[in-house]
Amino acid sequence: MSELTNLTIADARAKLAKGEISAVELTEAHIQAMEAARGLNAFVTETPDLALERAREADAAQKKGEAGILSGIPLGIKDLFATEGVRTTASSKILENFVPPYESTISANLKKAGAVMLGKTSLDEFAMGSSNMTSAFGPVISPWKRKSNSNAQLVPGGSSGGSASAVSARIAMGATGTDTGGSIRQPASFCGIVGFKPTYGRCSRWGTIAFASSLDQAGPMTRTVKDAALMLQAMAGHDPKDSTSANIALPDFAAAMTGDIRGLKIGIPKEYRPDGLSAEISKLWDDGIEMLKAAGATPVEISLPHTKYALATYYIVAPAECSSNLARYDGVRYGMRVEGKTLDELYAKTRAAGFGQEVRRRILIGTYVLSAGYYDAYYTKAQKVRALIAEDFRKAFETVDAILTPTAPSAAFGLGETNDDPVAMWLNDVFTVPASLAGLPGISVPTGLSSEGLPLGLQLLGRPFDEETVLKVAGVLESAAGFKATPNGVEI
Amino acid sequence: MGYVIQGETGDWELVIGLEVHAQVTSKSKLFSGAATSFGAEPNTEVSLVDAAMPGMLPVINEYCVEQAIRTGLGLKAQINKTSVFARKNYFYADLPQGYQISQYDQPIVGEGTIILDMKDGSTRTIGIERLHLEQDAGKSLHDQHPSKSFIDLNRAGTALMEIVSKPDMRSPEEAAAYVTKLRSILRYLGTCDGNMAEGSMRCDINVSVRKAGEPYRTRTETKNVNSIRFMFQAIEYEARRQIDLYEEGGEVVQETRLFDANKGETRSMRSKENAHDYRYFPDPDLLPLVLSDEEIAKVKASLPELPDEKKERFMRDYQLSNYDAGVLVADQESAHFFETVAKGRDPKLAANWVMGDFFGALNRLGKEITDPPVTAANLGALVDLIADNTLSGRLAKEVFELMVETGKAPGDIVEERGLRQVTDTGAIDKAIADVLAANPDKVAEYKSGKDKLFGFFVGQVMKATAGKANPALVNDSLKKQLG
Amino acid sequence: MSLDKDTVKKLATLARLDLPEAELTHLAGELSTIMQFVEQLGEVNTDGVAPMASVAHMNLPRRKDEVTDGGYPERVLANAPDAMDGFYTVPKVVE
Repeated sequence: MSELTNLTIADARAKLAKGEISAVELTEAHIQAMEAARGLNAFVTETPDLALERAREADAAQKKGEAGILSGIPLGIKDLFATEGVRTTASSKILENFVPPYESTISANLKKAGAVMLGKTSLDEFAMGSSNMTSAFGPVISPWKRKSNSNAQLVPGGSSGGSASAVSARIAMGATGTDTGGSIRQPASFCGIVGFKPTYGRCSRWGTIAFASSLDQAGPMTRTVKDAALMLQAMAGHDPKDSTSANIALPDFAAAMTGDIRGLKIGIPKEYRPDGLSAEISKLWDDGIEMLKAAGATPVEISLPHTKYALATYYIVAPAECSSNLARYDGVRYGMRVEGKTLDELYAKTRAAGFGQEVRRRILIGTYVLSAGYYDAYYTKAQKVRALIAEDFRKAFETVDAILTPTAPSAAFGLGETNDDPVAMWLNDVFTVPASLAGLPGISVPTGLSSEGLPLGLQLLGRPFDEETVLKVAGVLESAAGFKATPNGVEI
Repeated sequence: MGYVIQGETGDWELVIGLEVHAQVTSKSKLFSGAATSFGAEPNTEVSLVDAAMPGMLPVINEYCVEQAIRTGLGLKAQINKTSVFARKNYFYADLPQGYQISQYDQPIVGEGTIILDMKDGSTRTIGIERLHLEQDAGKSLHDQHPSKSFIDLNRAGTALMEIVSKPDMRSPEEAAAYVTKLRSILRYLGTCDGNMAEGSMRCDINVSVRKAGEPYRTRTETKNVNSIRFMFQAIEYEARRQIDLYEEGGEVVQETRLFDANKGETRSMRSKENAHDYRYFPDPDLLPLVLSDEEIAKVKASLPELPDEKKERFMRDYQLSNYDAGVLVADQESAHFFETVAKGRDPKLAANWVMGDFFGALNRLGKEITDPPVTAANLGALVDLIADNTLSGRLAKEVFELMVETGKAPGDIVEERGLRQVTDTGAIDKAIADVLAANPDKVAEYKSGKDKLFGFFVGQVMKATAGKANPALVNDSLKKQLG
Repeated sequence: MSLDKDTVKKLATLARLDLPEAELTHLAGELSTIMQFVEQLGEVNTDGVAPMASVAHMNLPRRKDEVTDGGYPERVLANAPDAMDGFYTVPKVVE
């Protein structure tokens, strides 16, 4: 069984094509893994029957020579993507029993490519968080354990913590995530897997429950860069139902991974090495720079002067957009409903009961920064700083082809180890948020372990719509780093 | 000299601005592909986007954009090549998204003008502040259930053009004239059917009062005024209410009020008591709308002749008065009808018949010009029969009524009923002679000074000739025979 | 910028969140901390900078005026907590 669940997507495809394994076998192995690993709480809804049905269809298609590019591959689908006939909750009580009568473009694309859905993976409620501790259905646990204390439960990161945990624990071969400020990249780093946020507009947002519309972007979470390229190929593409979807052709992402990065210039932004950056992370980064240098690329020091303002910018813009996007959850047309004597009472009681703390906090901040008298000082100001941040990157990309940074400022922390300071949690996203604000493609690749044996990742950023260069460099980094560690209890 | 309301403390001026919400004529909605038709079963013309399901996104309808450009050009307004859609955030049962997609500080159309032709012959130019596109809300029914309101989202998402006037109107009459003219322009352009009763054109009225020479005072907004008649009532009531408040030492509160058609009063809207902070911000699901010069030019080239231009032309080519031309062009179909009748004929005669007997018949029968009881061709033929003296004016009226009744051509009716007027002077002279001979006593009375009897003789001649004698000829001959 | 309980209460009303008094007080503290954090943007010189409209660099795409959607009331009402006679329902609104 562990043979099957340890396969990469690329290898599994090859075996399926040759008929060495069947899609049903592959799916059954993963269903068992999913059941065995329930302690991680990575899934909100398991869909084994649906999965087997799709696996059977995949086998039939394979026989007919009509297999899609992900035919028979068992995946986790983040519970932020609407799946027709299958409960979709956004990990929130307010959507606890919502069954969409429609399919998101992303999950539809994966379905068309022949992929198998094992279930809906958990997330921080409404994608707001960096730990997956805010899910209304209980926190997700990382399959990784510290060397010094195998009892302490660690967070998988967030918001796509369920997906990261599932992929890392070999429950699913890959999973979809969404990334608004780092929600694919940071959990990928915490869980020792690859997480790729493509350029804003590459993946359709139709049917993806909205958190912050100008930032949200779907992307693949896999165990290898090649797998991420394959999954992105199936997921991405223009969608006329989404007005922010880029109407440009999809290149062959996997083919871009030529392994040859000679002559490429890799930007090393000095602002990502503040005083107080952990020595471990700093070393990880330096090692990464050396690896790329050895492969023939040239590291170039660059400056992204507005970096330190990115978090503040993000925490004005994202809550503002979310406060508006979440106004539709009002107990009238779907979702949880708490009765009230008046319309306003219905709204206020339903929403207070249905939304968790972090969501409420962000709605209130968003409401505040948009309110009369504060709009210019906060929202307009933030959008201006955002423009400056994007300009920093644009200028940098005049001289470099990709940018290398750490993904997260630390390894995964423990479940009970956070404090009440709402801002402290946000600092997890300090390296990922700037690229989100600029809409750039960014990937996290696991390249090392902390002193406690926990995964650490490096991030590569690219020009808009230049996922090809990002994947190419990431592939080389991945080979050079040779990250082979697996979470405790998972055999290779 | 203008319209004033007399108060205890002196004369008060009225300041009126109108915000008109006009439903755009289009097949599908502004940001969703659901249909826009009226009167369907509840929630049958609702897409997932209209129902604001999780993850739904707006995509703009190119024709609604075109219609807004067209309307802007018809209002002689500035077309803004870049405009931005903004979210207006508030909670209400008929607003599924919890926000309305509208436009805030960068609307698609800027300043323009509408010219009003007042009844006294004067013209007033009313400024347009802006026009923007926005989503309509759904409908709530409050009378279907004792404790629940029912929500139908069929209308939610339909495109509206919000047309905001400058506060340039100074009387209820001007406000009525503005709405009438705007409606006419929209119907000419085909961008809105202007049906106030069905709600495809809604007016919100901003009213304030002031003493002459003062700057503007606080205004209130009155909603739910769905006919011109109600507009008069609402404005008059609200102005009076404000004047009374001021004169009693009170202050007018800026608020939204509802017009109660049953009582003819305005009252404060309970649901809008709490000040709304709409927290407008650019909709991140939509990029700025950028218009090209080519597309604007294309719409401009497609504009029909508008009421003002048509009126100028009618005055010039048909020598009609400002007022008559104005009446005929108010409605595009009427203008076309008139031109068909007037072609190659005496325009004054044509105008009199169209505006008089023909419009009278439409009114009487409750018909629209699109379903006329008499065709333009036939009315024109009637005018011909008057022009060539076949019919007197009076006979023509008789024939016209028969045309309305039977739908037949006037020529046929004249033949069938022998209604040709008698112009043969010999016959007329004879008829007169017979009448005078039959009434010698009356002749004597007339000759001794009772002039009124002239009419009696005319009447008798008409009776004898079954109304067909040409009145002018009768007059002349009668005068001669009476000496 | 420090937020007091009353301000939080007003925000909660605007956002239709019925929160107990104790939570409002707690939130006042949290939101104040957050606002203090984001206030640092005041340091940035943004003279002459246009606010970012969107990261997507394209014109607004438009669709043809055709009826391509709607006509499925069952789907639209399927998840409604209290639908009646083809309508959504809410507590009666008095205007």
